[in-house]
Amino acid sequence: MDILSLFVIVPVLTILALVFTKDLKQARITAMIGSLVQLGMAIHLIFSYFEERAVNKSIMLFTQDRVWFEHFNIHFATGVDGISAALLLLTSIIVLAGVFISWKIDDLPKEFFISLLVLATGVYGFFISIDLFTMFVFYEIAVIPMYLLIGIWGSGPKEYSAMKLTLMLMGASAVLLVGILGIYFNSNANGGALTFNILEISKVYIPFVAQKLFFPLTFIGFAVLGALFPFHTWSPDGHASAPTAVSMLHAGVLMKLGGYGIFRIAMFLLPEGAKEWSWFFIILSAIGVIYGAFGALKQTDLKYINAYSSVSHLGMVLFALLMLNKTAWNGAILQSLSHGFMTALFFALIGMIYGRTHTRDITKLGGLLKVIPFISVINVIAGLASLGLPGFSGFVAEMNIFVGAFQHDELFYRVATIISVSAIVVTAVYILRVLGIMLMGPINNAEFLDLPKTTWYEITGILLLLIPMIGMGVAPLWLSDMIMASIQPFIKGVLKF
Amino acid sequence: MDITYIILIPLIPFSVFLLLGIFNQQIKPAISGYIGVIGLSISALLSYYAAYQYFFVYGKVDEVYQTFVKKTVWMNFTDTLHIDMGILVDPISVMMLVVVSTISLMVHIYSRGYMKGDDGYTKFFSFLSLFTFSMFGLVLATNLFQIYMFWELVGVSSYLLIGYYYTKTSAIAAAKKAFIVTRFADFGFLIGILIIGYYTGTFDFETLNNPEGSAILNWASTSYMGLSVITWALLLIFMGGAGKSAMFPLHIWLPDAMEGPTPVSALIHAATMVVAGVYLVARLFPMYYFVEDGFALKIVAYVGAFSSLFAAIIAVTQTDIKRVLAFSTMSQIGYMMLALGVSGYKGIEGVGYMASMFHLFTHAMFKALLFLCAGSVIHAVHSNYLKDMGGLRKYMPITNITFLIAALAISGVPPFAGFWSKDEILVAAFENNRLLYYVALFVAGLTAFYMFRLYFGIFWGKETKYEHIPHESPLSMTFPLLFLAFMSIVAGFVPFSELVTADKIGFEGHMDYPLAVVAVAIGLTGIIIAWLFYKKENDLAAIFSSFFGIFYKWTSNKFYFDEIYLFVTKKIIFDHVSTPIARFDKKYVDGTMEGIGNKTVLISNKIKGLQSGRLQDYAFFFVGGVVVLALVFIYIWTN
Repeated sequence: MDILSLFVIVPVLTILALVFTKDLKQARITAMIGSLVQLGMAIHLIFSYFEERAVNKSIMLFTQDRVWFEHFNIHFATGVDGISAALLLLTSIIVLAGVFISWKIDDLPKEFFISLLVLATGVYGFFISIDLFTMFVFYEIAVIPMYLLIGIWGSGPKEYSAMKLTLMLMGASAVLLVGILGIYFNSNANGGALTFNILEISKVYIPFVAQKLFFPLTFIGFAVLGALFPFHTWSPDGHASAPTAVSMLHAGVLMKLGGYGIFRIAMFLLPEGAKEWSWFFIILSAIGVIYGAFGALKQTDLKYINAYSSVSHLGMVLFALLMLNKTAWNGAILQSLSHGFMTALFFALIGMIYGRTHTRDITKLGGLLKVIPFISVINVIAGLASLGLPGFSGFVAEMNIFVGAFQHDELFYRVATIISVSAIVVTAVYILRVLGIMLMGPINNAEFLDLPKTTWYEITGILLLLIPMIGMGVAPLWLSDMIMASIQPFIKGVLKF
Repeated sequence: MDITYIILIPLIPFSVFLLLGIFNQQIKPAISGYIGVIGLSISALLSYYAAYQYFFVYGKVDEVYQTFVKKTVWMNFTDTLHIDMGILVDPISVMMLVVVSTISLMVHIYSRGYMKGDDGYTKFFSFLSLFTFSMFGLVLATNLFQIYMFWELVGVSSYLLIGYYYTKTSAIAAAKKAFIVTRFADFGFLIGILIIGYYTGTFDFETLNNPEGSAILNWASTSYMGLSVITWALLLIFMGGAGKSAMFPLHIWLPDAMEGPTPVSALIHAATMVVAGVYLVARLFPMYYFVEDGFALKIVAYVGAFSSLFAAIIAVTQTDIKRVLAFSTMSQIGYMMLALGVSGYKGIEGVGYMASMFHLFTHAMFKALLFLCAGSVIHAVHSNYLKDMGGLRKYMPITNITFLIAALAISGVPPFAGFWSKDEILVAAFENNRLLYYVALFVAGLTAFYMFRLYFGIFWGKETKYEHIPHESPLSMTFPLLFLAFMSIVAGFVPFSELVTADKIGFEGHMDYPLAVVAVAIGLTGIIIAWLFYKKENDLAAIFSSFFGIFYKWTSNKFYFDEIYLFVTKKIIFDHVSTPIARFDKKYVDGTMEGIGNKTVLISNKIKGLQSGRLQDYAFFFVGGVVVLALVFIYIWTN
């Protein structure tokens, strides 16, 4: 059994085991053990990656290839580089944290954990695949359980939100599929067979006309998931209705599939198309960065604030990817990781606050620092991390993005960059507004004087997310060098033209 | 010179922060105070040792003070650009170590008395340690990015400490305001750093500041809108400095920051953090001086001079004693900026630079003292307002005498510390720019006046009926007062011109007697006017202020700058940018997406009639389809 396929097999086995569990207690223990094993595997993978990297200089390591559909040349091909290894680690941490946060879910626990792990399987599969078709299949596996998770366990107008989210993402997948097929049917340009294998296609020169046509399709197909303006509207409603762990997983990892897919497929395979179209998407993503931040400024529902904040932060990822240079790409990946931990932490905290006060409206909250100090202090820390305070992961990522974006000296790039940088001010405003209203000030509701204490599983969930966030912010060198080294072969492809 | 041990100076407060922060609930308040004080004492002793070693033993080689650097790569951006973490030891960083550790230690000791019995005692000390760590990191930074990082950290410590009384609405608002205004300034700072990084290929101070280095020599290679890009970068960096140092028009956060506990005001908003902007310009002084013939430096001088005058005028009318001190701080920092701005580089021409650093040093001592005295007074009468005070000299003899010393020092009366440093600033301004000299001279008079207005108002004047008889503060609070009073007397005798100079080669200090006499005369005039107005209760002040009429009203309302800012942020940004965006998002962006969905439903409703289940319909469509296709094919074939 190779090291990567296990990332799909273990969740599937966990799901099978979950089918036989009887009640919440058994279900959560099973889910926890399964996720713990995955976390162990992800950590093991990082170490093995470093060992292997020292001797093996190929783009992808631990590559495996099994034929799936011979007729269309579809393979179950797997492989990782530093980027996917890091994202796998992110996923495993967030899944585990999500299980802890859902420790007390009382409504259909077994089914809930099953859906959660199906989602996780899709994400793992997506990150380990290097075959376009397999990737697409896993992508769909990850997206579809969202409908059930929101529709069944959600709150508020859950059916509406679930439908909206699924339809928009499905619409995007349709566009994406056209893009992928476009790449596929041009993959024999140098006389070989048609192939879905990314590494094979990267050696082929796809005709410029095809690149120009299929890049925007592929980009938009993925970018909808990455909350590109103006396709972000599923995100606030979807997040607001989703249960806590689902929001965590969705914003924490699922939305990262967008940026990762763009990087791995759109940029890598269609570099000329990327150059041709980058100006257009730079405008959209720069708008998204500032628009999301201003959008968050006005909201009063905590989940809406975080959703708009995600639009802004992930706009930064897309913005960085479009800068087409090493530093900015490094920043994009770091921002994906950083936002993953940060936003998952935020959603977890929102869930805890909601679970205690039964409201997410900040105008009804106040003075929480006095009643639930632990959650509030972590909330302050997460807020400061989100506004890019040095010492946390966000700062590291943003600085890479800004320095990378500043490598272009045309006026257009300069203006777009300065607009993006100005988001650091607006971000500070909306974060401090929330912290000020929600945590500080007098307690304005007598019911909030006595709220339940933080439990061990909540603390575990929080620490799982907090520690990597601080770790990345304090000592970023190993991670950023690992990612940088993996970007090298990709950037070569883009810079060739 | 081995500088490794200097790393301990910031690391000790950092460990104290972690210890007190994590075990906040477990550690007893009494113990946490001791931990803070002991930790900082060690840092302070190490700083003094480092200063001794640097200035008097190893620092000088061939009459030039050397720069010692120890650093390691923290993160790589590109092959050439990277962020380093490390320590840089040169005259100004060592001087700042002494300032920060001295004031911080005194504030730690003072807080043990002042904060006694407060709920968040341990939390308070952990924040103080966090601040001290960040400030040490800032002064020791080896490159622009490192200074930016610690710059942000001092900003956040300031936020946490201003908002320390977090149940008070005004404190939260003040903390938020301070952070956001400085963040806005840092936005400029960051862009400036990015420009420097792109055009010079380095963030390193040593490389940037080398007068013969490429960063300075090639300043003219790229220009934008008539100015060198490097000048733009320096101006933007100064914007960051102006934000932190409360220079006009980014000063609005400083008066509000007085919502924080008074020891915090003394440490952060008087002596250390607010002078970070001055330190930043001094740190990059060769760049400011050489690039484009010092264009950016001239801006620094004028902004400094204007802020100095502006703040001094406002200080005259304020009634909250901490706010008077806050405006006074702003005014004095303007003085330091002015001095830097009129400075030259070589030898005695660099007197402005030396004077600026000198004034930073002495000001830290007497301004911290003034704040701690104010804290002692507030502690005794439980009010910030002058109207609630008066005649306190009988009840608080130590506070009275130390406040008097500090007031004499800031007014520039010899032989107190402020006289020496202020005199050097006036000399520098006199030789370089007469206009600024007269501004500085006028400000000196105003300073003496408002400071003694405060002094007479608190300790003399009409005696208020006190509910509780005020009493002198405990030893933990009076000891720092006495120590800083001692420093306010002796700090002026430090031979700065031999230690801290722009080109790092000392020069012979001298006294310009005519200028000194004029300055002292102006200062004494201010004091005498204050004495006439406020020593005994009389109408002179009221008559005088009514003479100014509307101008007095404007001044006491701080020229309505808060209202202007509030209008821009609240009315324009919040109501006219953010609200429409939220509405636009709901109505149009989301509306379009919804519209697509609804249209799809509509269309499918229309066409679902086709799937009627009636055989005749299907046969009709079938035949019709065949006919249409046949026609199409025939058309294609015939063409």
